[in-house]
Amino acid sequence: MKDMKSVIEAPQDEENSQENITGAEMMIKALKDQGVDTIFGYPGGAVLPLYDALFQQNEIKHILVRHEQAALHAAEGYARSTGKVGVALVTSGPGATNAVTGLTDAMLDSIPVVCICGQVPSFLIGTDAFQEADTTGITRHCTKHNYLVKDVHKLAETTHRAFHIALTGRPGPVVIDLPKDVQFATGAYTTAEQVEYRSYRPHIEADSSAIEKAIELIAKAKRPILYTGGGIINAGPKAAELLTAFAEKTDIPVTSTLMGLGAFAANKPQWLGMLGMHGTYEANLAMHDCDVMICIGARFDDRVTGNVAGFSPNSFKIHIDIDASSINKNVEVDLGIVADATSALEKMHKAWDAHNHKISDAAMQLWWQEIEKWRKVNCLEYTNSTEVIKPQHALECLRKHLDKRDDVYITTEVGQHQMWAAQYLPFNKPNHWMTSGGLGTMGYGLPAAIGAQIAHPDGLVIDIAGEASIQMNIQELSTAAQYNLPVKVFILNNQWMGMVRQWQELLHGERYSQSYSEALPDFVKLADAYGGLGILVDKPEDLDSAITQMIASDTFTIVDVRVDPKENCFPMIPSGKNHNEMILSADAKQFDKKLV
Amino acid sequence: MNTAIANRSVMAKNSVYGDAPDKAPETPHTLSVLVDNAPGVLAKIVGLFSGRGYNIESLTVAETDHDKNLSRITVISKGTPRIIDQIIHQLEKQVPVHHVTDLTLFGPHVARELALIKVNGTDDKRVEALRTAEIFRAKVVDTTLDSLTFEATGTPEKVDAFIDMMQPLGLVQISRTGIAALPRGNEAI
Ligand SMILES: Cc1cc2nc3c(=O)[nH]c(=O)nc-3n(C[C@H](O)[C@H](O)[C@H](O)COP(=O)(O)OP(=O)(O)OC[C@H]3O[C@@H](n4cnc5c(N)ncnc54)[C@H](O)[C@@H]3O)c2cc1C
Ligand SMILES: Cc1ncc(C[n+]2csc(CCOP(=O)(O)OP(=O)(O)O)c2C)c(N)n1
Repeated sequence: MKDMKSVIEAPQDEENSQENITGAEMMIKALKDQGVDTIFGYPGGAVLPLYDALFQQNEIKHILVRHEQAALHAAEGYARSTGKVGVALVTSGPGATNAVTGLTDAMLDSIPVVCICGQVPSFLIGTDAFQEADTTGITRHCTKHNYLVKDVHKLAETTHRAFHIALTGRPGPVVIDLPKDVQFATGAYTTAEQVEYRSYRPHIEADSSAIEKAIELIAKAKRPILYTGGGIINAGPKAAELLTAFAEKTDIPVTSTLMGLGAFAANKPQWLGMLGMHGTYEANLAMHDCDVMICIGARFDDRVTGNVAGFSPNSFKIHIDIDASSINKNVEVDLGIVADATSALEKMHKAWDAHNHKISDAAMQLWWQEIEKWRKVNCLEYTNSTEVIKPQHALECLRKHLDKRDDVYITTEVGQHQMWAAQYLPFNKPNHWMTSGGLGTMGYGLPAAIGAQIAHPDGLVIDIAGEASIQMNIQELSTAAQYNLPVKVFILNNQWMGMVRQWQELLHGERYSQSYSEALPDFVKLADAYGGLGILVDKPEDLDSAITQMIASDTFTIVDVRVDPKENCFPMIPSGKNHNEMILSADAKQFDKKLV
Repeated sequence: MNTAIANRSVMAKNSVYGDAPDKAPETPHTLSVLVDNAPGVLAKIVGLFSGRGYNIESLTVAETDHDKNLSRITVISKGTPRIIDQIIHQLEKQVPVHHVTDLTLFGPHVARELALIKVNGTDDKRVEALRTAEIFRAKVVDTTLDSLTFEATGTPEKVDAFIDMMQPLGLVQISRTGIAALPRGNEAI
């Protein structure tokens, strides 16, 4: 796409130095200094000066989304797949309120995002001005921090702060609310180095004596397990490498949350699969029966623990987390260490090597024997069919095409398809898997895929979708079209809000209240209407060729995979049950239907 | 403000989330929170309490260091040790928060509260009110022929006791500041 702006040369006036720069220019300069190359946004009255400044430069690329929620999810996809801060730009009032879901999503999943919101001129704030919303009030509790900048002299400094806060410690979204008059006002630029932090000081370094204590316990363990999460991804690829080396060195089995998939390669022998509500039998039973649990960068979410009272009842729990408030929040642990995962893992290696530790061979042999027994249950097995496409089979077919590539980025929407994607797709590297875990936001996947594709133009980016979720941000196909982004949308179309239907079947007496996906569009025609490729598959034997065609397509592509409408997602720990009470099939008797 | 926590154990019985954490005894803790004196900071702190279902029994806030632009928030919250721990960590991670001290755990500290108490009455009741005020060292700060307004300072318990005594003597209105607190001795927090 050739942009208008590339035709017009940015004015290279020397006045752009110190005093004479406008708030809008200052913002752009600060973004450049922060290394920003892409912004996802949508214009409006209150951000026109910023859009004007964007127009007059070529370094920062602006991606025009079709809805502000999508700008945030795209920024999240960009951030999660690069480790950098994702940036969004929206206008005041409806622009800002549309961004709220995306901000909350980034908050719950600890994704570093900076969102710049236009605001009515500062002298109109509080007057119910046109398109005024109390953005800092609305976003106060769904951001890590937010700022209203009323003084242009504080603008550059605030922007640097926002990036620092978004990315460091436990990452999260930061909002900068920027009144229009401040964008016009002129002032002096402050560099990032000039900014002082009086209060915000995340704790990074692991306490060596606590690590020593942890290592000693691990060395004496008989049934140890590593329970890792999104914090490893947040900490960066080095943490994933250190984790892998530690597990290989000690032969401790590894399980991960939905958010941590990819930090430990799924093709390694120590990998047990995901844990939790839809985790594997071996992961959950190993969690239940372990004697030393080493949790790194995971937050004992209720989807993971099930019934807290019965959660891993006999283990000594070590919890390493950069956020002190994650420790002892849901589950009381025996040894909490506030630290960045990389620092902690480095020190764990050092302490382990220094003492020449080794876990007893005999104990480990017994432990692995037990795990092998659980593995043999083959909990992800399903009854395949030659008539109808089973969703699991569709993903296994896809998997065969992805196994040998390392340029694949998977995003998902929310529902059964998301869980099946987590169970059946290969995740061997960090930052290649993007899903909405904490908020569970339907409509996340397509814009996140767009963000990931922008960051990795040559990557193969696939959104695993449900036919209901995809309609929540379907307008973003237009964004994909505008920027020639070859994102792939792989819809497991079961004609139901499957996850809802599954709970209604199992827990609400099969009363399927409002969960049927009525009046679905023809997705093939829809793709065509937006200018992309649509493929329909409804026979198992056609899956392979459809996937081949999808991967080969150099335009955005929807594959409408018609799958078994009544397939349920298993294994499953019914809510409120213990890990060792997980069920493997749809035997309704196993459900306590009084629980709602 | 404490509904979420109080209700947790009731709800737990038929919740898919299983049993609520064991109910350890709840005790009041006095937390002293040093924050940037900036717009929105108080809203952030107060919202954190309501959003997470922690209760606030008393709250005072005022600028305490003009040069450094700092305010001290003194808040009393009731909870199990684990909840109090959570509250402190949640407070500590807020960007404008400089420092949090749990004065209750920190050790001996002084806590004072100021109250304005209006009593309407004449004759015996008026005399009795003035006599009681003397015992509590409360000052008369305003008076008319049939009313008295007292200023009482002291620990919250002392203020409570004074108010109790005033009840039968024609008490009509109370305004309390909430407590200010600092550790005893040369300790600075
Ligand atoms: C339909 C549905 C079903 C789900 N089912 C499951 C399921 O079966 N299993 C499952 O696991 N999840 C499931 N989830 C996801 C679940 O809701 C949570 O989002 C997820 O379990 C949280 O992952 P996490 O514990 O890794 O924490 P994250 O949300 O990834 O949080 C990261 C943690 O690491 C810490 N951290 C951040 N940076 C660092 C650092 N540098 N160093 C150290 N620590 C750091 C943070 O403070 C935080 O405590 C499901 C979600 C949906 C929508
Ligand atoms: C924005 C939003 N609204 C509602 C929900 C509740 N919800 C969770 S899964 C689901 C159904 C998803 O259906 P579909 O996208 O078709 O996926 P499937 O479960 O069938 O794979 C719903 C409605 C949600 N997670 N997000």
